Amino acid sequence: MIPTLQIFLIVSATLFCIGLLAALSRRHAIFILIGIEMMLAAANLNFIAFWRFGPQSQQPIGVMIAIFSIAIAAAEAAVGLAMVIAVYRHYRTTNVDQLDQLKG
Amino acid sequence: MNSAAFVVIAILTLAAAVAAATLQKLMHAALCFAVAFVGVAAFFFLLGAEFVGLVLVFVYIGAVAVLIVFTILLTRRDLEKDRSFNWSGVVIAIAVFGGLLWAICKTQMLSSSAPQIQPLTVKHIGAVLMTDYVWPLQCVGLLLTAALIGALVLVMEEKNSKSYRVE
Amino acid sequence: MTDFVDQIFIQAKQRLLLPLAHSPNWVVQIASSLVNIFALLAAFLTLFALISVLERKILGRMQNRYGPNRVGPFGLFQPVADGIKMLIKEDVVPARADKIVHFLAPILIAATAILALGVIPYGRNMTPFTIDGGILFFFAVGSTTELAVFMAGWGSNNKFSMLGAMRAIAQMFSYEIPLIITVLPVVMIVGSLTPDAIVAAQSGYSLGMVPHWFITTPWGAVGFILFFISGLVESNRTPFDVPEGESEIVAGHMTEYSGFKYATFFMAEYIGMFAISGLGVTLFLGGWHAPIRGLEVIPSYVWFFTKLSILLFVYIWIRGTLPRTRIDQIMNFAWKFMLPMAFTCILAAAVWHYAGRGLAAWFWSLGVIAAAYIALSILLDTRRKFAPRTYRFAE
Repeated sequence: MIPTLQIFLIVSATLFCIGLLAALSRRHAIFILIGIEMMLAAANLNFIAFWRFGPQSQQPIGVMIAIFSIAIAAAEAAVGLAMVIAVYRHYRTTNVDQLDQLKG
Repeated sequence: MNSAAFVVIAILTLAAAVAAATLQKLMHAALCFAVAFVGVAAFFFLLGAEFVGLVLVFVYIGAVAVLIVFTILLTRRDLEKDRSFNWSGVVIAIAVFGGLLWAICKTQMLSSSAPQIQPLTVKHIGAVLMTDYVWPLQCVGLLLTAALIGALVLVMEEKNSKSYRVE
Repeated sequence: MTDFVDQIFIQAKQRLLLPLAHSPNWVVQIASSLVNIFALLAAFLTLFALISVLERKILGRMQNRYGPNRVGPFGLFQPVADGIKMLIKEDVVPARADKIVHFLAPILIAATAILALGVIPYGRNMTPFTIDGGILFFFAVGSTTELAVFMAGWGSNNKFSMLGAMRAIAQMFSYEIPLIITVLPVVMIVGSLTPDAIVAAQSGYSLGMVPHWFITTPWGAVGFILFFISGLVESNRTPFDVPEGESEIVAGHMTEYSGFKYATFFMAEYIGMFAISGLGVTLFLGGWHAPIRGLEVIPSYVWFFTKLSILLFVYIWIRGTLPRTRIDQIMNFAWKFMLPMAFTCILAAAVWHYAGRGLAAWFWSLGVIAAAYIALSILLDTRRKFAPRTYRFAE
């Protein structure tokens, strides 16, 4: 007997908030990306949990959304990390506080 | 028995996620990120979506985690620790968590136990992908191609730059 | 009688689990899994010990010398001596190495290699763990090896280790793509990702003589060759052992490991070899089926291990024959030749299926593969490589 839907949602909300913590409070660009990936994983967990506990578990809609979301997250991680490398080449820093030339 | 497995996996995942979010050494944080995703994949196995769990391990741990460690290597400058930590982020995260928890506990119909479903076979997922979801599949293919070309263009060295490899 | 010998291990396991017949379901499941795991470990660690000495003897014979022949009858107890040596060596860890990462890397590599062995069918009803997406599980744990190799290279705090690890990862993920795309035609034709179903689809014989293994089809033969080459690269074997070539980069990512940890790396490499060969046997060589209808009296696991041994012998043979390739040659080969040929295999498999799976279909799909091969040979014209060499920095 696996636990109820509420417990799964609480766990995924916790994972989401930990990802949010990583994305908001770290100043290194790569950590922000790690936080974003964790938030996406938490959202996927939500979708799968709702698919499993939902009334119509035969239609794998939640599973499909999770699969596409993983593919899109991989693409976004690749492009994001490429941007971090490109920015590093020009400014020699990955601290996002110092990337403020467009300000003002 | 499943509840015991759930508790173990939940502790593993959340501990690894907290470690990934707060560790100062970059490499350790990246490796804890991989462990957190092993935990999420274990959750998917527990929920009966084994295909998604395997795809998660394959894509995130086999590819995204390797990308992240490579990027950490290539952008190092002999600075292995990230010493800055913005505490207002913690406040916002706790506020969001409080809001989500309130929303979850307020909802009425969520305390039911899991219905018995037939195991979801890969064949069924494949059939659904090719019939109902064929257009999203093609769009994701295009998106991945665009991301591939875009990432390559972003990191290609310009031909007339005088930058020598420093690392 | 043949059925009894064929299922003898299954009967032994059920006899062993008989005292637990009245326990709750989960106890029986865990006990059954534990028995499977111990049997698997026993079989493959013995095979690893045997292959490590047989490789040295076969290489020795190919180089016109005896291999190790002092320790036991024909030197077959050499692994015992090697094991004792590895265990009593001092474990040297660099002072500024990252202790946790340095310690965990060999464990992770060995764990992923052994995990991959769990989904291969070794005989009739003898798959340790049946997972619905078994092939995907195999590749998922295989791709985790790259992270472990990186951990080994980085945790040693050594520039050579780091370079070796980066080369190893570049090589491994370049060849993972042809490896997986070569498996796609098989999955397409069978319609399932479960290794049991793939083996069951290769049963049956044409004319009582020719087995329905996928290697007898043109796309299967080419696919098997591409799969085999990718397997060579994935296990870092010669001619693709740039990551661990002794004359180039000391021992690559394994430089700073001594004693038991080095033995673990060594074991993980060999078990990775067994896993890839086992998968090759399952996908292309018919798994545990016999080649001719008359030889079906021989038990299924004997056939599996015979085919596995033949593949391992070819691995050792290639090691004794070919020199090492350069890293840029390896990458060129992967991206410019193997990837297009792997895509052609998918096309050829589709042509074979829709042309009726008979003799005419055989020639049609062979034509597709030949056309692609000829086109690639013309496009990848290598004559331009032999121009006079220009130097960027050394003028």
